Amino acid sequence: MAMLEEPSCPGFVFDNVLRNQHLLAKCGGGSQADAAASSTSALPRAKKTGTTIVGCVFNGGVVLGADTRATEGNIVADKDCSKIHYISDRIYCCGAGTAADTEMVTRQISAQICLHRLSTGRLPRVITAKQLLKDYLFRYQGYIGAALVIGGVDYQGPHLYSVAPHGSVDCAPYITMGSGSLAAMAVFESRFKPDLDQGQAVQLVRDAILAGIFNDLGSGSNVDVCIIRQDGVEYLRPYLRANEKGQRAAVYRGGKPAVLRTDRRPVLADIISTRIIRDSGAAQAAGETPMET
Amino acid sequence: MSASFYTKPANNGNAGVAMETSWDSNPGRQRTLQPITTGASVLAIKYNAGVIMVADTLGSYGSLAKFRSIPRVLRVNDATVAAASGDLADMQFLNTVVENHAIDEEIHEHGIAYSPASLHSWLTRVMYNRRSRINPLWNTYIVAGTEAGQPFLGYVNMLGVAFKEDCLATGFGSHLCLGLLREALDAAGGYAGLTEETATSALEACLRVLYYRDCRAYNQYQLANVPVAKPAQVSGPHFLQSDWSVAKLVKHYTE
Repeated sequence: MAMLEEPSCPGFVFDNVLRNQHLLAKCGGGSQADAAASSTSALPRAKKTGTTIVGCVFNGGVVLGADTRATEGNIVADKDCSKIHYISDRIYCCGAGTAADTEMVTRQISAQICLHRLSTGRLPRVITAKQLLKDYLFRYQGYIGAALVIGGVDYQGPHLYSVAPHGSVDCAPYITMGSGSLAAMAVFESRFKPDLDQGQAVQLVRDAILAGIFNDLGSGSNVDVCIIRQDGVEYLRPYLRANEKGQRAAVYRGGKPAVLRTDRRPVLADIISTRIIRDSGAAQAAGETPMET
Repeated sequence: MSASFYTKPANNGNAGVAMETSWDSNPGRQRTLQPITTGASVLAIKYNAGVIMVADTLGSYGSLAKFRSIPRVLRVNDATVAAASGDLADMQFLNTVVENHAIDEEIHEHGIAYSPASLHSWLTRVMYNRRSRINPLWNTYIVAGTEAGQPFLGYVNMLGVAFKEDCLATGFGSHLCLGLLREALDAAGGYAGLTEETATSALEACLRVLYYRDCRAYNQYQLANVPVAKPAQVSGPHFLQSDWSVAKLVKHYTE
């Protein structure tokens, strides 16, 4: 039963390497740095999610959290993007890294899980989604820039995994990924205890994402939270609007400012000495070299 | 080939840098290309009656934890302490210079001593000058103390970037711990609302996070407390308690 896509040739497929080289050569010749500097046609910068994504296991399920900023280089491309993706009814996946990659890979695996569920007649397991994701990412040797946090509940209980772009997997009760992962991990390392209840887990996730939002430049805007339990899912988007636009403080009208007061004072100076400097233009016209000053 | 148990600081030799300078032709004269024996993060935070600073006592040789009892906190005088991360040879050199300056001031017997702001300013000029001569002192310094009756906390790095803040961290600490320290300050409504106990426990929590997540951190540390009204005290070594029971819940990747 070929439910997974079969590659047309065994092993790794590197067809696009030639295409990429050709594109780079066509764009500006030489490195991408040169192409960017030439400013006429450079390869487009990938839209990345910057990102702080976290997951936390509690005694009834899993809580996933994410910020909502998507960056293109140093510009915020999307102030409210959704980083918690649906895999199946009780399995969700947060994605950091290249935005297109996280979106497409989670959608693809979601479809495969759906077909698998119909084919087997069983509720999907988180470990299956993790396996599919990691096998796919490993096959592309890190070129698909997707760093994922998969969390969900299946018949065995709650599960939480992280999958790195090169295809490695980690299983832990709390996980963070993305540029804000260190700030978020510090919150978990100082406050996580085993056997949290839902309220404590959601508070921990909220604080971890806020640490990423306020201490990492690649993360920002709001906090999204997804609580997955055996009996249901709460997809809270936004869970918290942490960066509301401020109110305008004043309106500055155009035009000339009014002159309120004029105060004229002469600048008094004593002439101490006088020195004559020959005018170099006149001197040259007269055939003399100008005096050095 | 022999397998190495640890990675040594990389041996660059004469490769790479294409700069015709007097030191290339004069092999006796050298400049700092990379840090060799290094110290990890330094953390510091102001509280309502002073400043507290912590630094672990590890000197790493690449990935080898070579020297486990290196003091990195310098007590300059009653009102000033300084600690550095980065290359420990450069740190020890600079610390000797600072100590000699302090001794000179005492010899003059004019009652003038280094204030933390003056030390911070002096360090900034020295570090920036060295970087401008492409021969940096590969350190990040944090200067803490009492300035005009107020707590003082300043940062200088090897590029000469210098600033003052209510909480500071160097190296990995700036990624892992600055968020936690800022949260502690926000919860107290600024350093004026932070007690000494809360500040110390916040720093200890940060050191623990570093020990868990920084490969070059260590669980033995020095602590410097400079209260506004009392002389500076450097205590240590203190030992960090760490809790690894969460490891039971971390299942291996094939699970």
